[in-house]
Amino acid sequence: MDDNSQKGFGKTQSKTNIPAKVHQFEQALLSLDRLAAERVLIDLSDSSVTPSQYVEQIIVPALDHIGSGWEQGEIALSQVYISGRICEELLGKILPSGRQSLQPHPKMAIAVLQDHHQLGKRIVHSVLRASGFELIDYGAGITVNELVDRIKRDEVQVLLISVLMLSSALLVEDVRLQLDRADLDTTIIIGGAPFRFDENLGQEVGAHHTCLNATEGVELVTRLAGIEK
Amino acid sequence: MTSTYMTSMQRVLTSLGQKEPDRVPLFLLLSLHGARELGMSIKEYFSKAENVVEGQMRLLTKYRHDCIYAFFYAPIEVEAWGGEIIFHENGPPNSGRPFIHSFNDIETLMPPHISRSDCLAEVLKAITLLKEKVGDDVPIIGVTMSPFSLPVMQMGFDKYFELMHDQKILFDHLMSINEDFCAAWANAQLEAGATAICYFDPVSSTTIIPRQMYLETGFKIAKRTLARIKGPAATHMASGRCLPIIDDLAQTGTVIVGVSVLEDLAELKTACKGKLTILGNLNGIAMRRWTAADAEAAVKDAILKAGASGGFILSDNHGEIPWQVPDHVLTAISDAVHKWGTYPLSWIKEHG
Repeated sequence: MDDNSQKGFGKTQSKTNIPAKVHQFEQALLSLDRLAAERVLIDLSDSSVTPSQYVEQIIVPALDHIGSGWEQGEIALSQVYISGRICEELLGKILPSGRQSLQPHPKMAIAVLQDHHQLGKRIVHSVLRASGFELIDYGAGITVNELVDRIKRDEVQVLLISVLMLSSALLVEDVRLQLDRADLDTTIIIGGAPFRFDENLGQEVGAHHTCLNATEGVELVTRLAGIEK
Repeated sequence: MTSTYMTSMQRVLTSLGQKEPDRVPLFLLLSLHGARELGMSIKEYFSKAENVVEGQMRLLTKYRHDCIYAFFYAPIEVEAWGGEIIFHENGPPNSGRPFIHSFNDIETLMPPHISRSDCLAEVLKAITLLKEKVGDDVPIIGVTMSPFSLPVMQMGFDKYFELMHDQKILFDHLMSINEDFCAAWANAQLEAGATAICYFDPVSSTTIIPRQMYLETGFKIAKRTLARIKGPAATHMASGRCLPIIDDLAQTGTVIVGVSVLEDLAELKTACKGKLTILGNLNGIAMRRWTAADAEAAVKDAILKAGASGGFILSDNHGEIPWQVPDHVLTAISDAVHKWGTYPLSWIKEHG
């Protein structure tokens, strides 16, 4: 973020009630209204406002609040998923072509271990991208051996694993063992339904961090990247 | 005061009538553990109806619980539709890649014939044989995925959300096909001897969709489908929340609701009182590491919150106890129900 753009955004902020805009944007997302969400960003448009400011001031707070709402049982998963997708699409429009990550961060990848339930991965993928992070998507149904091979090949520093089934969650232990044997210090972040029902499961399988929703993932990745909020 | 002994069927029916039976009914929804009893792999176990019959009968005796669970594995319906199934050594079989690849595939989708499906035939055979063994003494629970929740396995959750939100005509078409299949599959199980049908409908839970969308979709679909099923139905949310839609669920024609450990059992009991019987809500994932004392405490707490006045069946919160839950925990749960679940629940008064 350069100084000039910060000044520009400050100018816009002085005329604009940002919390109200965040609320407006969030309501548009929860109503699954792509056009209304886009209008909120268009209304804010100012030549000096940078994409990272849209992300930091509007998109991330809105997604964060939606994630917390889901955690508390007030918002449904379908709303979380579609919100993430809308934000990702909007960011695609805002960012210049040949999209690049908005902030420097460790090389990251995401995968669904063993099974084919991709929703959790897609939500985390969307929310992270909408928050300015880029990551490699290893898809679903990947085995432990395939995953470890790809981590080695791609030199992944932060690995996010999404699981739905308990049996898949327990396989994370094998991923950790193989990475340790290969002397790789890849950070493993896990999430998914089994971890919501057993707070000790992440530790049991050797994950470095457990995230219960996508916005927790964003906060953690931000911290790991050493980015100041 | 000593209660008169009841059969499992009498116990369950009394509780469904919102009255207190001799003790709290216990449904240990065990599918995979039958394979362990028989010393078989999970894949081999489910390959023959006779294995499942033997497994269920052994589990019934071993854990002194109150139902036969004629559930093989969730994606068996996907298998019947021609989808891919992946077996694992230490967990339930999983559905493979979705067989609806694009929205256009829905236009030409044809449901399977129940009578021509080998995998469904094994389930029906198992129910028939189990009915011969238990007669009317023990309820046999058949299972179907709801037409509204089946698409998660047919096309994947993400694509399904997009269909639901953006492709109304194709969504309605898919629901129509799935409703026909669901009703036919449920009725075939009832004809084979199932006492009731567990209608798994996690997509309808407020964990997955907001209530307004449920009222426009899953609610109407459940109302139509349950009306076509010729027997009692229990709607199970498979760990999803349902407190905000309890009154709506009661209007679908279901008699039981399977509830989540994420919601307070006492609040659920109040909301369901006189309308629905509660099935739940022990934490199956945490259960893996319970001690006997943990199991006893969890059972006691559930009975304290929901046991009074009937309308309650103790069970897990997901509808399938994980393979990793050890036998000693299941025994401890059963022992605790026999110790603390005998009516009248005089000990509850001591808790004020």
